[in-house]
Amino acid sequence: MQKFSAFSLARQAVGRHLGWRPQWRSAAPKPSYDIIIVGGGGHGLGAAYYLAKQHGLRNIAVVERGWLAGGNTARNTTIIRSNYLFEQSSSYYEHALKLWEGLSEELNYNVMFSQRGCLMVAHTVHDVQVFKRHVYANRLNGIDNEWLTPEETKAFCPPLNISPNIRYPVLGAALQRRAGTARHDAVAWGFARAASDLGVDIIENCEVTGIDRDPSGKVTGVQTTRGPIRAGKIGVSAAGHSSVVLAMAGIRLPLQVNPLQALVSEPVKPAFPCVVMSNTIHAYISQSDKGEMVIGAGTDSYVSYTQRGGLHIPAHTLEAICELVPDFRRLRMLRSWGGITDNTPDRSPITAKTSVPGLYVNCGWGTGGFKATPGAANLFAWTIARDEPHPINAPFTIERFRDGTLIDEAAAAAVAH
Amino acid sequence: MLLIDCPYCGPRAEIEFAYGGEAHIARPAADVSEAEWAAFLYLRDNTKGVLAERWRHSHGCGRFFNALRDTRTDRFHAFYEIGTPRPDVGDAA
Repeated sequence: MQKFSAFSLARQAVGRHLGWRPQWRSAAPKPSYDIIIVGGGGHGLGAAYYLAKQHGLRNIAVVERGWLAGGNTARNTTIIRSNYLFEQSSSYYEHALKLWEGLSEELNYNVMFSQRGCLMVAHTVHDVQVFKRHVYANRLNGIDNEWLTPEETKAFCPPLNISPNIRYPVLGAALQRRAGTARHDAVAWGFARAASDLGVDIIENCEVTGIDRDPSGKVTGVQTTRGPIRAGKIGVSAAGHSSVVLAMAGIRLPLQVNPLQALVSEPVKPAFPCVVMSNTIHAYISQSDKGEMVIGAGTDSYVSYTQRGGLHIPAHTLEAICELVPDFRRLRMLRSWGGITDNTPDRSPITAKTSVPGLYVNCGWGTGGFKATPGAANLFAWTIARDEPHPINAPFTIERFRDGTLIDEAAAAAVAH
Repeated sequence: MLLIDCPYCGPRAEIEFAYGGEAHIARPAADVSEAEWAAFLYLRDNTKGVLAERWRHSHGCGRFFNALRDTRTDRFHAFYEIGTPRPDVGDAA
């Protein structure tokens, strides 16, 4: 692997940058692996990396139906934060946030992690109460989160309109200063490069069409569009297609997929200093390093695998944003797209063993999986390698829905999802 | 936006409707196991293909009805009243 450094950059510059080589190997499937990860997004590639790096396993493949990181890794709005209400959730997301803080160095790849702060804006008395409860709960768990008055909110993010007369007035905001954004593609590329360097085979255009099991029920491999591949263990990290893949092993999941839409504006000079979120109007705003305003909208209500949704959903978000940030009214929107989010009933993820021996699943990240990428990958790798969950992801089982031990961030967010 | 053909009111815009999730999920008897009860409450087929689903015309007649929609294309293939059997539309797309 070519190391990135000021020295290597200077040396390549002397060679007119003709000496750069591909960052990872494009592999063809071997007949057999110890572990196969299904899904070549950030979570899957990261799991393969941590399996190789931290658990000393080498004979690993990541199989991806399309191209690397072409699903939700490429489609999210890149917001990273850990200010969830329940301690199970906040410790999971905080585990991820701590890994984000060292990720560029660990991978020798600039993931452009920018801790510019995330404001969660309150528009109603109910929002204020809910967010203050989050602030207190987070601080008890040692996670930074603070309450800002409307004037303090305006000082932190000057483009916001804090007039009391607008449809969704700013009554204050919860601020997590360590929150921020990262470059989504770089996360996938960085993990792919580092995993490949440790011997992981990354196999694109290889769709899993079946899961093979022996008479005892244990997994023995997968059928794919590029032929059968044997495997001792299979980790499914297939986001919107988790239900489809696990159905091949006879497992039903507590998941429904919904389209979630996002859009970007034309690029402009730096004009928006932080991340602003509003659960009430389903708006998620930040400015990318390219200068585009990256805007996330709400989910469509129905089950769909189409990666597109109705225009009335982003229209609702944009109407509210144009009042909340009047500067945006003259911005033209360049592109919009959709992703399919795998939502659990309690809006908390599943990172766990399944009822099938040798089959593991990391899914249910719904509308917020990007922020967890290194944490979920790290704990999913642990779960696969040791055949038991890490204490942090131990509560995030499928069985919690049977046992009634929900981690109800759906109710905690106090939004009509 | 979807165009939804309410069996009672005719075709209307999606914003008049509330989604009701997967259809034909029967409530089990009271003495089922915890696993079966959890399956009734939470487990869903999450079909990629033709899905039978419930809609409620919440800003219209207020009535529930069922629809068959292909989740790969979002195209509707049938609308039918609650209590009637699921029409056969094959492997529609």
